[in-house]
Parts: sequence; structure tokens; C-alpha cells
Amino acid sequence: MNELFSSIFSVNFGYAILRVMTPLLFPAMGIAVSTMAGSQNIAMEGAMLIAAFFGVIVGAFSGSLWLALLAGIAAAVLLCMILGYFHLKLKADIFLSAVALNMFSSGITVFLLFMITGDKGSTSSLPSPVFPSIDIPLVEKIPVIGDIISGHNILTYVALVSVFLFYLLMFKTPLGLRIRAVGQNPDAAESVGINVNRTKMYALMLSGLFAALGGLYLSMGYVSWFSKDMTAGRGFIAIAAATLGGMMPLGTMISSLFFALVSAVAIYIASLNIPSELIQLIPYLITVVALAVFSGRALKGRREKIAAEDAGGTESVQEKNNTGDN
Amino acid sequence: MEKWILKYFTLIRVMIALIIGVIVTILMIYLISEYPGESLKYFFTGPLASKGRLFNILEMAAPMIFCGVAIAISFQADQFNLGAEGSFIIAAAVGTAFAVSTNMPALLHIPLVLIVAGVTGAVWSLIPGILKAKWNASELVSSLMMNYVAFYFSLYLINSHFRDLDAGFLVSLRLPETAVFGQFITGTRMHFGIILAVVAALWAYYFLYHTTSGYEFRQTGYNKSFARFGGINIIKVIILSQVLLGFIAGVGGMSEVMGIHGRFLWQGQPGYGWDGIIVAIIGRSHPILIIFSSLLLAYLRVGGQVLNLMGDVPAELVNVIQSLIILLITAEAFLGQWKYRITRRQAEREEAAK
Repeated sequence: MNELFSSIFSVNFGYAILRVMTPLLFPAMGIAVSTMAGSQNIAMEGAMLIAAFFGVIVGAFSGSLWLALLAGIAAAVLLCMILGYFHLKLKADIFLSAVALNMFSSGITVFLLFMITGDKGSTSSLPSPVFPSIDIPLVEKIPVIGDIISGHNILTYVALVSVFLFYLLMFKTPLGLRIRAVGQNPDAAESVGINVNRTKMYALMLSGLFAALGGLYLSMGYVSWFSKDMTAGRGFIAIAAATLGGMMPLGTMISSLFFALVSAVAIYIASLNIPSELIQLIPYLITVVALAVFSGRALKGRREKIAAEDAGGTESVQEKNNTGDN
Repeated sequence: MEKWILKYFTLIRVMIALIIGVIVTILMIYLISEYPGESLKYFFTGPLASKGRLFNILEMAAPMIFCGVAIAISFQADQFNLGAEGSFIIAAAVGTAFAVSTNMPALLHIPLVLIVAGVTGAVWSLIPGILKAKWNASELVSSLMMNYVAFYFSLYLINSHFRDLDAGFLVSLRLPETAVFGQFITGTRMHFGIILAVVAALWAYYFLYHTTSGYEFRQTGYNKSFARFGGINIIKVIILSQVLLGFIAGVGGMSEVMGIHGRFLWQGQPGYGWDGIIVAIIGRSHPILIIFSSLLLAYLRVGGQVLNLMGDVPAELVNVIQSLIILLITAEAFLGQWKYRITRRQAEREEAAK
């Protein structure tokens, strides 16, 4: 047990948590922004995977990190736009389309990987550039904290800064207001002149951007190659993290940190020959409970609102019809 | 002719999506393969070329039918539950644990193990059902979370308590002879679980289309407000649909252990829940059609394997094709214009006839 605690309270451990958090935080923000727009995008897994793949391939053949970044973002955003097209224009169920696109990404990446490299497992034979790690001046000098916070991959810092930018976007810009309006009540948004489909499309593209950064971090930061299905369910764990975070920027970051903490603890525990499976299931269990509590509270709020309106007596019929469902 | 098209419109739409899928497959093989003619033959006729491969299709289709039918029942009630995967695996784990630690004659053992597994799956998927019915919590997210909980709990149960230490890798103890399915064609892997899968599909068809509860399910899925107005207990429908989903998926998981592997051997998420969603979509949530969509998907998978083995095109081709087919089928507006035109012409003609 002592061994366990000494490794958990070590500098390496703190560093590892931030490292593990990055590929969760990005897609979690993608989930949050699309959910706020009322069109939850569960194709994060596929979008990350396809970005991770095209980043490495373009990076390896062009040698340029910028082109790799661009290719990764373009691939993931395009995938999310296809989702948007099917969902908004062709009236497909967004969850089913997303399931299909996840499958598509998993297939097409291995398919192209084999066509390009002749290898079906990974691109480890390709020399691809990686995103650099950076030391933060001054902070790196602080003992312990400096060692934990400084020296990370640049995308880790991008992720942390994105949380703040995400907050600004959603709560301080007209686009953010429109996205939230569309998510809460599309009919009302439409009636004041907001183009619902276009706004939802922007939100989906934004979720694609977040997924792209998460995927690129995996293949060009976390490791330096692409391998088959390397996202390993992170796009789905992100749904849990975003749900637990109440779809809010800061909440999503805290819950992503929590998920990272638990998986880091699980890795350490497994190395001590203690069954780690029970530790690993904890965050999901907590998410289910949190989901129930959030939903229960939202439902209660709505019921109280309806009750209040009934007491007021006027113009409540329409609203009651709208809130009763789903 | 036009009346006929309208009547079978969804079926025709699915067929057209499948045909587009086949055309894209042929195009992709032509683009990539050095000897496309051979490769096409491997892919399309390969799965039918030998008895072994035909049996392969059947045994691969069985868990797809179970999960597809389970998911179709919840789809019909307008529940988007991903929990088939979780119920499948936890039922297989608990069922295996039960089978390994009990001892009785086969005639009793097999049904009892299946019931234990089914009930485990049902209880498991009851949780998202209750959360949805009581607090309106998204069954999509909660069932996805419960899948992970089920997965890790199953690993814990098997790896820590029922592990076969002599096996050299992480698997459960072997099931006793009394809890293993026999073969209905001796000398092959055609186990009774395959027949059970078809029975489950037939039962689900009967339930959905010939019982009152089934009618309530479909009415709820069709129009929730109308169903409530008509006096249907929506909460009952939601909970019952989840219980049935879990039970059928759970029996499917156990049947896979009892029929094919003889022990619990998954260390990663097997993905049958996702396969179930695919076949449920292609089969338009109709239990009988799901039998055929499962056979089709299994046929494509085996074709992909043969192509991978003998030809020069990777098996992942199948993933690309199946996702394309699903996208086309789920797009409600795909061929919508066509239907609209026919409906209009039909109406005009009737108008003129009056």
C-alpha cells in the first residue's frame, strides 16, 4: 500500500495525468459544444482516428508539421460536416449516422494504411514529425509544480487554453449565444431569425476541430505513429467526461482530469498485481449517477415551471405540450 | 406498379442502398486490386465456396441475430439503447461463473444457465431503463456507461475468481460438459445456439406484431404523444423494452460461450452490440428481416476474410461498405423526392378518377 501511495504522490504521476487527460479533454469539448447545439456528435471516436491518421501520413510525406496539422483538422472537420449533411439535410438520425461514420473511419484508416505502407498494424515505419514539447519559462523552475506542469507537449497546453477559449466562445460571443439558443429551443431560435441548420453545422464543425486536435495529439505527441484503432474508445469516454462535466467548459476539464486520474491509478495498481478492473469502472459508475442527478434536477425544474404556469393560468397550454415529451 | 412501390418503399430503399454498396465494393476492388477479376470472385463467391465457410457464416450470424433483435425491440419503442453490448458480456460472464460452479444434468443445466444469463442481462439493462423512465436521463449515454461498467466488472469476475490458471492466457475455466450446446450437425460447429437465435427472432416478431404489448411498443415508437393520449403506459413500455433487450442480448452472449468457445475469453469489448445496431438498421428493426441482414453481414465479413487471405485487398473494405450502406438507409430523405413524386401522381390519378 505504501508503495502505491508513494507512486501516486510522485511528480511523474502528476505529469502522467496531464498527459493522459489531453486526448480526453479535446473530444469532451467536442461533445459539449455539439450537445449545447442540440445535436450530440458521438462520432468523436471516428473523427479523432481519421485526424490521427491523415496527420501522420501527410506529415511523413511532406515533412511539414503545419501541413500535418492542416490535414488532420481538414479530415476530422470534413467527417463532421458529412455527419451534419446527413443529419440536417437528409434527415438521418444523428446517432445512427455517427455510428456509421465511426465504423467508416476505423475501416478506411486501416484500408489506406495498408494501401500506402503495405502494413496493417501501424505506421511505425514512416518517419513523421511530432508536435514539440515546451518548457514554460519561470514555471519550470518551481520545484514539484514546475515538473508536473512544464515540459508537456504543446497540444496539452492548447487543450488547457481551449477550455478558456471555449468558455469565451459559448458565453461571450454572438455565435455562442446562437448555438445555445438553437440547442435549447430550435423553434424559438428560428422565430427570431437564427438559421438553425447553419448554426448546428458550425457547432458540428467546431466539434470536429476539437476531435482533430485530440487525434493529432495521439499520433503526433503521445506517440509518434498511427496504429489501428488507436483512439481505443477515448471518443466514447469523452461522452462520459462531458456528461459528468455538465457540458460546461470548466466542468468538462475537471471531469477529464478525474478520468485521467483514475486511469493513471489503474495503471499503477495493475503493475502491483492488484485487480485494477474494479478501479477502472468507478468513473463510469459515477457518471451514471451524475447523469441521473442532472436529469432528475432538470426534470424537476421543468415540472415546477409548468406548475407555476398552471397557477398563473395563461398561455401555458402550448408550453406544456412542448415540455411533456422526450 | 406504383402502388407496389409505395407499399414496399422502405424495403426498396434498403435494396437500393445495398446495390449501391455492392457497386462501390466492385469499384474499390477494381481501383486497388492488381487482379480485380480474381479478387471479386474471392469476395463474392468465396464465402459460398466451401461447406466450412458456409457454416462460418451461420455461426457468425447467430450473435448478430440475438443483438440485432434485442436492439430492434428497443428501436421499435423509440429507445436508443447501446446496452446490448454490456448485457451480452456481463450475462456471458455471470452465466459462465454460474455454469462453472454448479453441477447438474444437462437437461437442467443448459436452460438454467441460459436463464441466469438472460436475467443478468435484463437486470443490467433495466438500469438505463429506470433512469430514463423516472428521471428522463438519456438512455444513450447511461447505457454506454453501463457497457464499460459491465465490461470491467466481467473482467474482474473472470480474471480474479474463475480464471483457468492452466490455460496460459487470460480465460475462464472451461464450462462443464453438461452446460455446453451440442451440434445439430455432428462434426461441425453448428451448435443449437444458432437455432435459438432464430427462435428469438421469431418470438420477437410474434411479440411485436401479434400481441397488445407489441402494439403498444410500436405505437410509442411511432408517436409518443399519441400513444400517451391513447392510454398507453409509456413508462411500462420503456422499462419492458429495456428488460427484453437485456434478456435477449444476455442469452446471446451465453449462447456464444456455450456454443463456440466453451469458456469466457474476451479481454476486449467484443463489439457484438455494434454489430447488432448494424443489422437492426439494415433489417429496418423487423425481427424476420434481421435474420437476413445478419446473414448478409456475416456473408460480407467472411467474404472480406477470404479476400484478405487470398487476394490483395484488406478486409477493412467491409467496414467501409457497411458504413456507407447504413448512412444511406438512415438518411430519411434518400430517395424521398422519388416517393413524393409517386405519391403525388397517385393522388392526382385518384382525384381524376372520381
